[in-house]
Amino acid sequence: MPLKTYERPYLRKLNAGLGNKFGTRNSQVPVTEIDGVPVAKLMEEYGSPCFVLSEQTIRQTYRNAVRAFSTRYPKVQMAWSYKTNYLNAVCRIFHDEGSWAEVVSIFEYRKALANGVPGTQILFNGPDKSEDDLRTAVQHGSLIHIDHLDEVYLLSEILASEGLKARVALRINMDTGVYPLWDRFGFNYENGSAWTAVTKVMAQPRMELVGLHCHIGTYMLSAQAYAVASHKLCDLADEIRKQYQRRIEYLDLGGGFASGNTLKGSYLQGSDVIPTMDDYAEAITSTILQHPFAMSGEIPTLYLESGRALIDDAGYLLGSVLALKRLGDGRRATIMDFGVNLLFTSFWYEHRISPAQEYSSHHEDMVLYGPLCMNIDVVRENVSLPLLKRGDRVVVHRVGAYNMTQWMQFIQMRPNVVLIDRQGQVHLIRRRETVDTLNEMELTPLHLELGQGKPA
Amino acid sequence: MKISQNIAISENGFLFNPATGDSFSTNACGKEIIRLLQEGQSQAQILEALQREFEVDQASLEKDLADFLYMLGNYRLLDANAQ
Repeated sequence: MPLKTYERPYLRKLNAGLGNKFGTRNSQVPVTEIDGVPVAKLMEEYGSPCFVLSEQTIRQTYRNAVRAFSTRYPKVQMAWSYKTNYLNAVCRIFHDEGSWAEVVSIFEYRKALANGVPGTQILFNGPDKSEDDLRTAVQHGSLIHIDHLDEVYLLSEILASEGLKARVALRINMDTGVYPLWDRFGFNYENGSAWTAVTKVMAQPRMELVGLHCHIGTYMLSAQAYAVASHKLCDLADEIRKQYQRRIEYLDLGGGFASGNTLKGSYLQGSDVIPTMDDYAEAITSTILQHPFAMSGEIPTLYLESGRALIDDAGYLLGSVLALKRLGDGRRATIMDFGVNLLFTSFWYEHRISPAQEYSSHHEDMVLYGPLCMNIDVVRENVSLPLLKRGDRVVVHRVGAYNMTQWMQFIQMRPNVVLIDRQGQVHLIRRRETVDTLNEMELTPLHLELGQGKPA
Repeated sequence: MKISQNIAISENGFLFNPATGDSFSTNACGKEIIRLLQEGQSQAQILEALQREFEVDQASLEKDLADFLYMLGNYRLLDANAQ
């Protein structure tokens, strides 16, 4: 007689009619393929854990965003937010789709240049631009988004010494009714700092103020906040027009658009509460188009630096179960081979996690831990998943934003990253790190070299 | 080790403890372990019986059985007086 298929014994207490903090199981089918490529094959070839990016999803998401804005507004330019994911292959897909580059450091700036972006199509943001950084940006004719007054003075000195001119924008922060207020970047609108900055820049003969920029927050759950921001930027642009007879050429509304992930503490799933790209587009474009500034002459170009909303859905993290155990209070604990070292976003998202193989109807509540020997390494504090066992594979969804830039080399090395192209071909786009990757950076003082004997 | 005498278990794995009013669900393997416990079988005997019935390696089975017995104890389903 053939032996029966084994599923480990399980016991679940039934709490009829009572709420359950673990929630109910919401993933009904295993995810065995990504863009037609079997998950098992990806993990066999590229190891576990492994990041996977879908070129098809990147392009579709990007085109949907462009459609949402360009069908409402005639002059729209996207600039890919490098910090969100600066893997060259990813950046090149966005550039291939027509996106410029938005960078916040000279290293990102150099990556953008190497990815074929002309200097004139790089927006240089952020508070940290050294003298050399600014000089490089000026020489390449990039748009410099000024963050603070020290930068105005420094840039002025550089332009004088180089005998060059620069096209600049001012970053403006403001109250849009959403808190916390991001007032650490740029110049505040309400307290008059923004206007002071305008007057300083307008007094610089070598600076041409061509844009106004704001970035009101991240994972914004209110599209209306962008309407407020657009209105205030237009007010400022209109005042500049009246006072200086200078026309602001572009308004950069930044990013901060939410992805479909679920924020910790959110009662509803992320996809049920976030505004759509059309909601954001409608709020921004209708405000600008109806403002006296836009109606007083040529309408400004709308720049957007969305990152998270354009790449999150395209990223997956594949991983495996390392071990199962019971916690002191009887809760199931499942230890995965990926943790907060790779999934930085698990600090603020309840990431959706799907098994990658068939499973029965039974499921259990558990805490999902990463592999780090560190108490903070919790991927999900409570999640209901099928009966997993050592070696089982899982797919973590919507991990494309920030994880491949904020990942930590801590205890474990960073893994392979692959891209599935539109023909279903798999490309390794970043090799896994090894101990040599680390040791290559280190130097050993001579007296500590092996074979040198005991130091005196 | 013995399961509490008054525990009732249905064909489809529904478990009821009349002493506390708690109810539980279990799967085929769990149901079989409870049946064997009700018969008074020891842990070693249960292990042997399950290996004859299911396609599973000994290490996984040992680990899973120990975990299941722990959970029975955790939910007060084992007879505290019987060893």
